[in-house]
Amino acid sequence: MQYLYAFIFAGTACLIAQIIFENTKLTPGHVTSIYTVAGAILSFFGLYDKLITKFGAGASVLISNFGHMLYSSALLGYEEHGILGLFSELLCKSSAAIVGAIVFSFVLALIFDPKD
Amino acid sequence: MMNKEEYKKLVKKHVPKKNKIKSLIIAFLVGGLIGFLGQVCVNILISSFGLIKTEAFAWTGLIIIFIASLLTALGFFDNWVSKVKAGLIIPTTGFAHSITSCALDYKKDGLITGLGSNFFKLAGSVILYGVISAFFLCVLEVIIHG
Repeated sequence: MQYLYAFIFAGTACLIAQIIFENTKLTPGHVTSIYTVAGAILSFFGLYDKLITKFGAGASVLISNFGHMLYSSALLGYEEHGILGLFSELLCKSSAAIVGAIVFSFVLALIFDPKD
Repeated sequence: MMNKEEYKKLVKKHVPKKNKIKSLIIAFLVGGLIGFLGQVCVNILISSFGLIKTEAFAWTGLIIIFIASLLTALGFFDNWVSKVKAGLIIPTTGFAHSITSCALDYKKDGLITGLGSNFFKLAGSVILYGVISAFFLCVLEVIIHG
């Protein structure tokens, strides 16, 4: 059941994005940015945690999860360290994704050459 | 002779509609498959490696990013993204793919002026607007609830 929920949620999110691609002139850059901001807004209303509880990885593999991680770790930072925490902790949770993407991309780009 | 409007209507009439529905189904299936595989990965990490839930989600994200970067570097992913579109762009795979493909494409212009300055060419907007929205929403939350 858990797997089915993950499948349906991630699939539906991609389906909505594809509908946007088909009917507007927005580029992937626009849509991923919109999804990230939407994730932060859902997190602001306390909904994204519920989505992850319900849909598991279906909600956590999407780019909107990035917005959720930014918002939730900023709020945690504020609660623990005040205003400074807002600045110093904002990237905490998403650090794994950003550093991972930077390290893997850099190393792989050094090893491989573009195909065409 | 027909004017522009008429021409547009004519083109619209002859653009196949079936492809649209097909691409929607593909986006749904591929996106869903990534969510499903992510869940499989999370469950394996929890049951076989004894990770707690948040760690399992973080590891899954890293594994997905690594696989997407590797497939991009090997040259498969560009083709897939242009076919599947949203199904691969909306999951974290799109984020990893955009960084790796920029790094590969601009490598020929040098490590600083090419790879370095174009590294976040596509992913930059996600990071920028993510940080900006999270920051100001957090300020709003603090103002509202103290």
